[in-house]
Amino acid sequence: MHRVAVVVFPGSNCDADTLDAARAAGSDAYYVWHRDTDLQRADAVILPGGFSYGDYLRSGAIARFSPVLGAVAEHARAGGAVLGICNGFQILCEAGLLPGALMRNARLKFLSRPVRVRVEATDTPFTGSYARGEGLTLPIAHGDGRYVADAETAAVLEANGQVVLRYVGENPNGSTHDIAGVCSAGRNVVGIMPHPERRIAPALGGQDGARIFLSLEARNATQHAGGDMRAVDGRHLRV
Amino acid sequence: MSAYTVEIRVMPRASLLDPQGQAVQHALQALGFRDVASVRAGKHLVVEVDAPTRDEAAARARTMCDRLLANPVTEDYECIVSP
Repeated sequence: MHRVAVVVFPGSNCDADTLDAARAAGSDAYYVWHRDTDLQRADAVILPGGFSYGDYLRSGAIARFSPVLGAVAEHARAGGAVLGICNGFQILCEAGLLPGALMRNARLKFLSRPVRVRVEATDTPFTGSYARGEGLTLPIAHGDGRYVADAETAAVLEANGQVVLRYVGENPNGSTHDIAGVCSAGRNVVGIMPHPERRIAPALGGQDGARIFLSLEARNATQHAGGDMRAVDGRHLRV
Repeated sequence: MSAYTVEIRVMPRASLLDPQGQAVQHALQALGFRDVASVRAGKHLVVEVDAPTRDEAAARARTMCDRLLANPVTEDYECIVSP
């Protein structure tokens, strides 16, 4: 069982769903207030979605100076797993823990609907239980989701396989290279715009997001406690 | 120390899509302003700062831009100090 810290900022609104999703995956998940600097021996940290500080100035620009971010950066530097979902992704970019930035959707409209994405990288702590190239349906809910990186940075991301999720069929926000999620060069810090925590059970319209959280628990495990994950030659498959 | 007013202009980098500016441009053209060739939308911040000199006030403002007020990946800024 992994210890998962879900950071709560003023304006977070996906924190409860994220905590539930991590717990449903078998993690020992708990909240950490943004003013705390102790991650309580977390194995993984998740920055959830929402509108921290009302998105004032730029999405994530003020949250990135919250006291907890120092601890998150230290955790990341030590190789610890960090996941930013939506506003969490924006915060990680603002903090410089991930390259690039997230700007206003190309067609301005706030988008809240399911989209199709492809898993491009499975060698991260949060995508190990997916198959490379697998298509997923996950909800997005953002106004500032257009991932932007200069040509040089985008080329490096592609060459290093740091694009984790990519929109397929339709790019909803005009992001560079259809990017929906990226990871750090060390692969332990991951940021994604879609909300996997909103898609973890058939009653929620599907469960394509569940393995984001199960991947963490499946790491180094021979078989997941839930019985729906199995490791074959070090590779985790859905059975 | 003197009080200085620093006007800070933060603009989306010219090479990047500015959908807000485009929307305003289309709205102006719809109102009959056919002469509008382009619009870009940014932010204007007014910061009052105490500093020993005008140059020091400008330097402080630039540091504020680098750290918080502008995103180095997507935005450029300009600081104008008065008086």
